[in-house]
Parts: sequence; C-alpha cells; structure tokens
Amino acid sequence: MNMPFYVAPEQVMKDRADYARKGIARGRALVAIRYDEGVAIVAENSSATLRKISEIYDRIGFAGVGRYNEYDQLRVAGVRAADLKGYQYSRDDVDARSLANLYAQHLGQVFTHEMKPMEVEILVAEVGQTSEGDQMFHVLYDGTVMDEQDFAALGGDTDAITERVKAGWSDGLDLAAAVRLGRSALAGEERTLDPADLEVAYLARGNGRRCFRRLSDGEVEPLTATATS
Amino acid sequence: MPMFLPNDDPGANFPALLRRTGLTETGPGGERFGGDIPHATTCVAVRFADGVIMAGDRRATSGNLISHRTMEKVVEADRHSAVAIAGAAGPAMEMIRVFQLQLEHYEKVEGSALSLEGKANQLSMMVRGNLQGAFAGLAVVPIFGGYDLRRETGRVWAYDVTGGRYEEREYVTTGSGSLHAGTVIKIGFRDDLDRSGVLALVAKALWEAADADSATGGPDALRGIYPVVATITADGFTPVADDELATTFESVAEEVRAR
Repeated sequence: MNMPFYVAPEQVMKDRADYARKGIARGRALVAIRYDEGVAIVAENSSATLRKISEIYDRIGFAGVGRYNEYDQLRVAGVRAADLKGYQYSRDDVDARSLANLYAQHLGQVFTHEMKPMEVEILVAEVGQTSEGDQMFHVLYDGTVMDEQDFAALGGDTDAITERVKAGWSDGLDLAAAVRLGRSALAGEERTLDPADLEVAYLARGNGRRCFRRLSDGEVEPLTATATS
Repeated sequence: MPMFLPNDDPGANFPALLRRTGLTETGPGGERFGGDIPHATTCVAVRFADGVIMAGDRRATSGNLISHRTMEKVVEADRHSAVAIAGAAGPAMEMIRVFQLQLEHYEKVEGSALSLEGKANQLSMMVRGNLQGAFAGLAVVPIFGGYDLRRETGRVWAYDVTGGRYEEREYVTTGSGSLHAGTVIKIGFRDDLDRSGVLALVAKALWEAADADSATGGPDALRGIYPVVATITADGFTPVADDELATTFESVAEEVRAR
C-alpha cells in the first residue's frame, strides 16, 4: 500500500494562501471611499456588463475582485441571504456585519476544506442613517474579516493604492471628490484611466429606500472632469 | 449562506428560493374555511396617454363588519408597476409582499429588471399558487398595471383565481364593487383622456361602487381618508396627494348633488 506523502499543515495553508493571493493579484483592483453622504466604490473594470460592484440590499453594497465566477456566486448568495432575512424578520434587521460574517464563514470553510481556495476578496459596505453608521467589511480569501474605517482597497497592488488614497482622503469629501480620488488612486502616476475603464457605484443616504446607484461612463466623465483644474 | 449546486439552483426566483429554504408554510387548503376574515374590495386601473392610473378603496370587511378603514390595496410593485388586490386580505397582503420581493430579487440577482410582461406573468403564477386557498374560500384576485419601458406605453392586466391573465386595452377592475366601477369607466372612457380626466373618471367609478356595494368604502372626508390613487408613468410610481383627491371627490359630490 502506498503511504500518502506527509505535508506539514503549515505548508498546505501557505500553498493555498499563495495560490489564492496570486489569483487575486492578477485581477484589477478597486477602492471604496467613505464620503459625506455614504460610500463610493470605484473599480478598474473595462467590461460594462460583467460587474464587480452591485446592490445587495436597501443600504448594503457588494464589491468583489479576483475570479469573476467565484465572487459572482458569493454576490448572489449574499442577495439571497439578505432577501430571505428581510422576508423572515424585517428590512431593518438586515445588516452588513452579519452578512460579512456569513461570507467569512463560507470562505473560511472553503479555504480549509476544499481542494482549491476561492481566489477572491470581497467588500461589504453599508450606509448608516448618519455618517457614523457607515460600515465597510473587507473579507479575504481565507475568511479573515477586516473592519475598514474610511477607505479600503481590494485586489492587486493594494499597498500602493492604499497609500495614494490615504494621501488624498479627508473627512467630508463629496461624491465627485471621492470618485476623483478613487480614479487617480487606481491609476497611479504613470497611467490615466478613462471612464470606460472604470466601474463606479455608490451608496448614498439620500437615495430613498434603496441607497445603491450605479454611474454610467457618461456620468463619471463630468464628475471627474474637474480633477485637473 | 444559501448556496446551491448548479443543477438545482433556484436562479433569480424568490418564491422558489423560499420553498427551497423551507420558509413557505403550506398554503390554506382542504376544508372550506368557516370563520370571518377581512376581505378587500374595489380596485380599478385605467390606461391613458402617459401610462396607467390605478385606484382602490380603503375598506376591509369581515362578514358584515368593517374591519379596517385605512387599508392600502394599491401598492407599488416596483418603480414602474403597481398591483391592486381584492379577496382575502391576509393571503393577498402576503402575495403582494412576495411579489414585490420577487421583482427586486430578480433585479438584483440578474442585474436588470424583469420586463413588464414578465412581471405580469410572475404574478399570474403566484395567483395560481393560491388555487388551494381559493377552493378553501380564501381567493385573491389582483389587477396589475405598469409602464412598459420597452414599448413606451401603459399596460394593464386582469386575473382570475386560476391564474388566468388577461391584458386589456382600456381598463381593468377587481373586487365586489367591480361591476359598478367597471360600468362607470366603460361609459366614461375616451382614448384622449388626460391625467385629470382619468382621475375624475376613477373617482366617479369608486364613488358609484361605494354607493352600491356595502363592502366598498367611499371617500371619508370626516376622517380625511381617501382611496389610494397612483399614476404609473415613465417617471415611475407616484401616489396622488390627498389634497388633489379631496378636490376631485368634492367635484364628484357636486355632480351627484346636482342630479
């Protein structure tokens, strides 16, 4: 009988983490930035139909980077979990924290028990009744949850992107300034990103029951046009 | 996390998801239900150039008693459509809730809203799902209307208890007072009616229904309770304000006084 090779658990976890990280780093990044009326999310995405950012519930948005089929599966599961909870209890009982925990459980489970970890990082953002209530949860491929304060960067090259956002962020940005900041932080110094290369959406307190809105390329252009002036 | 294998995934169908997760109770069925439960009554929807106007009275009755004076039978299904119900109030309200959730759920999962025809068809399946309830005496019969963004026109549908779905060109009605309301609209309907013309017509229809049907409530100026009236146009679902309804019903009253 052949004995299976012994591989140290540390090595297994490290290999899986490296594998997931590599997959995530290959994709393009996105940033979420808190502004005066909510949370703006800017993603580098040249596709106008395969989306990275979407609506989960009245006040909750979702963004994912990495493998599209994997984060899209998580997105749909999130919409289902939220809609079921809202149906079973009340719309007010659906919150980002418990959803982020569900995601963390699932990703953690897949990371330790399945052949292949999910090559995704996701963000669950919620706008509160006031800006103090805004929340952003960043969930990693292995189920690690991070509670982000004012901004978050997901995907490849996030250290540099985070630095650039940090340099430009201040409390009380408006939507246009937040989108401009996101656009320039994603682009860096060497390149410029056209609205066609971006996917922009935001959650705003003033949008009525469903706070999520998507900005078309045509709407992004005038919003970011004043960047250089 | 509600996750499913690809071969048995409920897709964007919220009622199917409810069934899969065991959240739907088995509907009423079997023996005929003997008790008095609240019933809701007259609702109408009329097409006009800009879209649809839908209206419904506020009364719910249990047997010979008035159980609610402020029921809202005309509700926003989503931004560009509305649904109004007649029948057993409990199952009807639940149906509307699941219907609203289904439209939103589909939009979120698929990334785009259902077509108006798709929404009407979805509602048809939900009515059919209540067939057992209908046999038990808990029938729900909605009407549905909305603005079709692809065809750029208002459209209205009537249903029967078996889920039969009938698109009408002018107007649809439902409920115990629907015969009277429908007759008023049938006589007064013109292709060129504008918003205020249709508003006056539906007000008159509800007035006559309330006048002849004990289960339909009229405008209650004393308490300030008026029927729910809403327009559904390219701009979406907009409720008509109580002030405007008060004036409209006052002119109906004037006309009745002058008879």
